[in-house]
Amino acid sequence: MVQTFFQVENLKKYFPIRGGILGREMGVVRAVDDVTFSIKKGETLGLVGESGCGKSTTGRALLRLIEPTAGRISFEGKEITSLSQEEMRKMRRDMQMVFQDPFASLNPRHTVERILEEPLIVHGIGDRKERKKRVRELLDVVGLTAYHAKRYPHQFSGGQRQRIVIARALALNPKLIIADEPVSALDVSIQAQVLNLLQDLQKEFQLTYLFIAHDLSVVKHISDRVGVMYLGRLIELAEKKILYQYPRHPYTQALLSSVPFPDPDYKKERIILQGDVPSPANVPQGCAFHTRCSLVMERCKTQRPELKESGPGHFVACHLYDKI
Amino acid sequence: MEKIPFHAFVHESTRKDRSDQSFLKITIKRFCMNKLAVIGFLALVVIIFGSLFAPFLVSHNPAAQNLMERLQPPSSMHWFGTDEYGRDIFSRVFYGARVSLLVGFASVLGGIFVGTMIGAMAGFYGGWVDNILMRMVDLVNAFPSIFLLITIVTLLEPSLTNIVIVFILLGWTGTARLVRGEFLKIRQEEYIWAAKSIGMSNLRIMLFHMLPNAIGPIIVAATLGVGGVILAESGLSFLGLGIQPPTPSWGNMLQGAQSLSIMVMAPWYPFFPGLMILITVLAFNFVGDGLRDAMDPKLDGRR
Repeated sequence: MVQTFFQVENLKKYFPIRGGILGREMGVVRAVDDVTFSIKKGETLGLVGESGCGKSTTGRALLRLIEPTAGRISFEGKEITSLSQEEMRKMRRDMQMVFQDPFASLNPRHTVERILEEPLIVHGIGDRKERKKRVRELLDVVGLTAYHAKRYPHQFSGGQRQRIVIARALALNPKLIIADEPVSALDVSIQAQVLNLLQDLQKEFQLTYLFIAHDLSVVKHISDRVGVMYLGRLIELAEKKILYQYPRHPYTQALLSSVPFPDPDYKKERIILQGDVPSPANVPQGCAFHTRCSLVMERCKTQRPELKESGPGHFVACHLYDKI
Repeated sequence: MEKIPFHAFVHESTRKDRSDQSFLKITIKRFCMNKLAVIGFLALVVIIFGSLFAPFLVSHNPAAQNLMERLQPPSSMHWFGTDEYGRDIFSRVFYGARVSLLVGFASVLGGIFVGTMIGAMAGFYGGWVDNILMRMVDLVNAFPSIFLLITIVTLLEPSLTNIVIVFILLGWTGTARLVRGEFLKIRQEEYIWAAKSIGMSNLRIMLFHMLPNAIGPIIVAATLGVGGVILAESGLSFLGLGIQPPTPSWGNMLQGAQSLSIMVMAPWYPFFPGLMILITVLAFNFVGDGLRDAMDPKLDGRR
């Protein structure tokens, strides 16, 4: 590997909790706490975790929609964390985002044509005629037709809206797309279409995806590699097949055992976790998971496990695998 | 998950479009269903039309005095009677509408402009920018406004321009608060994240994405505001601090009718300007309320 396509090192995003009349800092919410990973060109990296574990914040911090507290993010060898606002604005051509809620991520006052044309206007691409042509192309690519252009978002169904959101993300020919729960708000039947569309587009335009979701089967369907997050930390990262067959981290094991299997006769071992996820404002010392882990050891309570390679391409942050 | 052929789902789009209508059309339609609002709107159209075309509608010069015809009751010659200098009240009421409406619209437009800019900055940037701007709002609001109005107008001379400036200086705070609140809310919408992720500048996001979505409450506040300013200007003129005679305004006509003897001898003199103030302010309030209801998506299909 000459250079990593997209590299994230020690990304942190802390939100201060302010209180009192003077707005003193009372504490911090560690939404993203020391996350490190990389994405290879053309692959799909899935990111799973429960709600509130920092997946979406990670996605937004990567594009600097939320300014990260600390950490380095580099894209094609170029460090983007140190770019000025204006340089960052230009970088956004290459990195786009698909949002979770297609009912909220389209401006209700703009027609589809305006929505799709705007990225081109903002980055000064083409003249009026070329832009209109591009809008029709984009609609075609995502399976809508040119006559949809004059309509408003409220006149579309959820699946169609998500296609518009995807078309907008594609308008600038990006290299990386961060998809933040792109199908969670859709009906299951529509989910499949949108996932297929994303896969088709990936092949056609050599896209790289960071796919954020809480639905394990969706992530399994689309990803090449999968990362698991818990309380703002990345706890396991591996090839999809390896992760789903041989999960190492006790949390991943519990998470995977919760996936329903469509066979009523199939009896399986279900690992039920005790207790609730601790508040990210008050993360337990040591391993964040130790309060709920069945295999907890003494050192888990004091020492935070690093994300280490415990098998070929299989990274896990757990003291159980330290010997290897 | 099975791979599903792409074209199998294109028919998703053929569901009946229940509305091919823009937001504007829906709003107008719903506004028209509110009777009071429509009546208010028609009243405003008549008053605005009357004031614009006042020279063609009235037969008397509003400033022409005729001491032979002082305090005449309404007649076919003087529809609303005459005042203590024998001036035609009907003409003066319509010329007065010009002044009152001009002060109302100019003050509110100015106040909305200033308030929207300040509120937008505060709501968009938040943090210390918000803090400073909102403390400015508190500062202006902390002054007793009538007292401040009277002081400023007394220090400056009470001309139309000065009165409008004073109303703007005092009137922008409400809009600023309103717009800030709307912007704080809209800032968290996903389409604003989307706009940022596309690489739009902050100014563009504010102008093209946030402002159009905040415009509803601003229009409502402006409409209600015009009524308020007309009332305030009348009050100021009544105290002799507003528009100075001989230029007629509803307020200074009332001032002319202040004395008990006139009120007893010529009750029509204070009645007509007072009635105009009442109708106009009510009309603006009805229209404002109607607009608010018409633009509120939550009230869909209730009326």
